[in-house]
Amino acid sequence: MLIRRPNDIRSSEITDKDLYLGRRRFLRGAAATAGAVLAAGLGPRIALAARQRLDDVRKTDFGKGETPNSYQDITSYNNFYEFGTGKADPAANSGDFDPAPWTVQISGEAEVTGEFTLEDILAPHPLEERIYRLRCVEAWSMVVPWVGFPLGDLLQRFKPLSAAKYVEFRTLHDPERMPGQRRPVLDWPYVEGLRMDEAMHPLALMAVGVYGEVLPNQNGAPMRLVVPWKYGFKSIKSIDRIIFRETPPRSSWEKAAPNEYGFYANVNPEVDHPRWSQKRERRIGASAFASKIPTRKFNGYGEQVASLYSGMDLARNY
Amino acid sequence: MTLVSAKTIARVWKPLVFAACLLPALQLGLGAFAIAGFSLGANPVEALLHGLGKWGLNLLLITLCVTPLTWIVRAPWPLRFRRMLGLFAFSYVMLHFLVYAILDQGLAWNFIVEDIVERPYITVGIGALLLLLPLALTSTRRAMRRLGRRWAKIHQLIYPIAILGVWHYWWQVKQDWREPLVYASIVALLLGARLVRHNLRKVRSAVAGKPTTELAPGQTRNPI
Repeated sequence: MLIRRPNDIRSSEITDKDLYLGRRRFLRGAAATAGAVLAAGLGPRIALAARQRLDDVRKTDFGKGETPNSYQDITSYNNFYEFGTGKADPAANSGDFDPAPWTVQISGEAEVTGEFTLEDILAPHPLEERIYRLRCVEAWSMVVPWVGFPLGDLLQRFKPLSAAKYVEFRTLHDPERMPGQRRPVLDWPYVEGLRMDEAMHPLALMAVGVYGEVLPNQNGAPMRLVVPWKYGFKSIKSIDRIIFRETPPRSSWEKAAPNEYGFYANVNPEVDHPRWSQKRERRIGASAFASKIPTRKFNGYGEQVASLYSGMDLARNY
Repeated sequence: MTLVSAKTIARVWKPLVFAACLLPALQLGLGAFAIAGFSLGANPVEALLHGLGKWGLNLLLITLCVTPLTWIVRAPWPLRFRRMLGLFAFSYVMLHFLVYAILDQGLAWNFIVEDIVERPYITVGIGALLLLLPLALTSTRRAMRRLGRRWAKIHQLIYPIAILGVWHYWWQVKQDWREPLVYASIVALLLGARLVRHNLRKVRSAVAGKPTTELAPGQTRNPI
């Protein structure tokens, strides 16, 4: 297996100056934090406390008019079972997690496969901010200002073959570093997948930050998916494997409860979860006396994505 | 034993237990209004809902511990706490329902009715609440006297209520069943102990050829 080390000389030849400068600032920030941690001798908890700004993030119109949730809400109320099943667990238990160095293994039906460092993965992609609504399958929602780049741009680089009909993503499996994986709550590693056309959709985002800063561990550092028209569990966190496939991968939640969580998991108020209603959602951060708000089909992104599912029975393909 | 004399219990222990039972409500209340650094986190309605429900269940199980405690201490004094504990359990469960209906559902009755009819875990929860109502209403000394022997029968509803309560909790958990499992085990233990004791006594009295004596509700010599 090929491990690519970041090579400054070569990337400077092929990468736009603005981009690699931005990337170096990112790396320098990370190195500075690492240095500070070593100097302080206090371990990686410091790394979490030191919030790092991402440079050269282009603002976009996505989510114009939406009011994002507070940084506090976004980073303290998480579903990330790798760090515990309670909403506060990920923030409480991920402090020691160090997402560097990080490698991503690419395999399956693609011309370019192998193991890549995170730096190599991120290098060519200019970062942009997109404010997306996030609708959890548990009937709550948030608005999050993500920083990332289109997933399709990343996947194209590996030159998927025509046999690649689906793409599978996996979260790091390391019970030493992810304490939640020491119990078989789910079949680890966490697996998610998209149909190729879904993955290539311009709304599908690979996120590396939130609120203009490096993604906190509890939100899926160093790199996570954001698929805003699907329930939150599809937006897999801390990705370290991408596999191009001819057949649909079986996602972790599908495996755990196939009658409750389907492969598509598109936000849909017309199809209730077997145990609760999906017609309304509670917007996190609203007053305790605020009423729930109606859930919108495809989480309000139907205009952009509904055509992906034309002719499909969404009650059966939930 | 002066420590557990009627007077000490009434003047010292009951007020203390009363105050202790109020603590979870106090904590949730302070959190709800963000007083003195208390907070309910990013989703206060959920925190209230789950906090009240869990304490309702906790107090229900604590109430179910009273009778086995009389067997252990071989004295009836724990029974003096039973009504208060049971009423607190009822209060927390009722508040749990009110937070659900008012804050979570915003009194949207069409959604509430749909929930009760179509979501089994909510059906089960409402069932437990409805069964608790007659127990709360007949908790007075007067009701006890008036109902006589039937009072004990009615209050055995606490057994199915405890099962429904745990079931309600179990059924809504997503994948991590550790806590509901702990609750289920405790209920199984508390109800199982009663069953075993009941059957043992039946066997014993059959062997001795004595008829089982029925006890009036006030008599607490050998409570089941």
